[in-house]
Amino acid sequence: MHIPDGFINGPTSAGFGLAAAGGLAAAVRQTSRYLNERQIPLAGLVAAFVFAAQMVNFPVISGMSGHLLGGVLAAVLVGPWAGFVILSVVLVVQGVFFADGGLSALGLNVINMGLIGAVGGYAIYRVLLRIFPKNHRGLVAAAGIASGLAVPLSALGFAGQYAIGGASAVSLGAVFIALLGTHLVIGVGEGIITALVIGAVVQSRPDLVYGAPEYVGFRTEVLA
Amino acid sequence: MNEQSNRRLFVVGVMVAIGLAVGVSQFASSEADGLEYVAQQEGFAETAQDHAVSGSPFAGYGEGVSDSGWVNTAVAGLLGTLLTLGLGSGVFWIARRTRGDGPLHGSG
Repeated sequence: MHIPDGFINGPTSAGFGLAAAGGLAAAVRQTSRYLNERQIPLAGLVAAFVFAAQMVNFPVISGMSGHLLGGVLAAVLVGPWAGFVILSVVLVVQGVFFADGGLSALGLNVINMGLIGAVGGYAIYRVLLRIFPKNHRGLVAAAGIASGLAVPLSALGFAGQYAIGGASAVSLGAVFIALLGTHLVIGVGEGIITALVIGAVVQSRPDLVYGAPEYVGFRTEVLA
Repeated sequence: MNEQSNRRLFVVGVMVAIGLAVGVSQFASSEADGLEYVAQQEGFAETAQDHAVSGSPFAGYGEGVSDSGWVNTAVAGLLGTLLTLGLGSGVFWIARRTRGDGPLHGSG
């Protein structure tokens, strides 16, 4: 999912870089309003967990692997805006230290995995919460399915960027279909991992789950 | 929940993250990820350019650290986990400190 330098032309990458910087500033401001001091270590821990989990590529089909994106996972645990910030931190560390994801493509990646993946994915989660049974299972299913859908959605973010400033002459339609198909499958892995982790946290410490409604946990940390 | 329980959760969480990044990652698939795969299949992979820090020993998750792939991945995993932990917590700390007028301030 990490876009390298060169796939998208310079002006488009720069434009998305500005948009990502603006969005990130707004997200940090939002986060500082609701995240209290006790939750900050948890947010740091979620960042570390997302980084670690992204190192574990799982095989999907012959010749292709996938890895957790973690946007919905982070958003359900610490809120959508903190999730956006967390994914951005992970992408900066990966891009700057490990050459994973181009530096000129950082804004593109932050928009796809941070904004679309965490904030967009969290919006899907909220809709599913309303539809699903009002219990632990409903919450875990909502998190799993929303995270799974966030993967092809993030990939379509790349398709949009390719449409605006793709450096190659390969047709957008072909790229769009291939991205959608492969990432729908990768999304299954995302959904399973997210459901397992959220399920474990909801069982043991529902008070730590930002996106847990009253029927699952008493949001003592948030309301304290 | 009390402080002790939170501290325990934090320590366990960090250990799980390090375990994933240092240990489980050794068994990670090295096949192309979804986007790389699509780029290869559709024929635009060659538009990728060299990364600005591709000369660093840590590029590609520690490829240039030593001759041992196992060691390289472990070093990169440990370093990256601690960096994201520090940077992630740091960003939220600074945001909190510079804007300490929220309704939730001072609950600790």
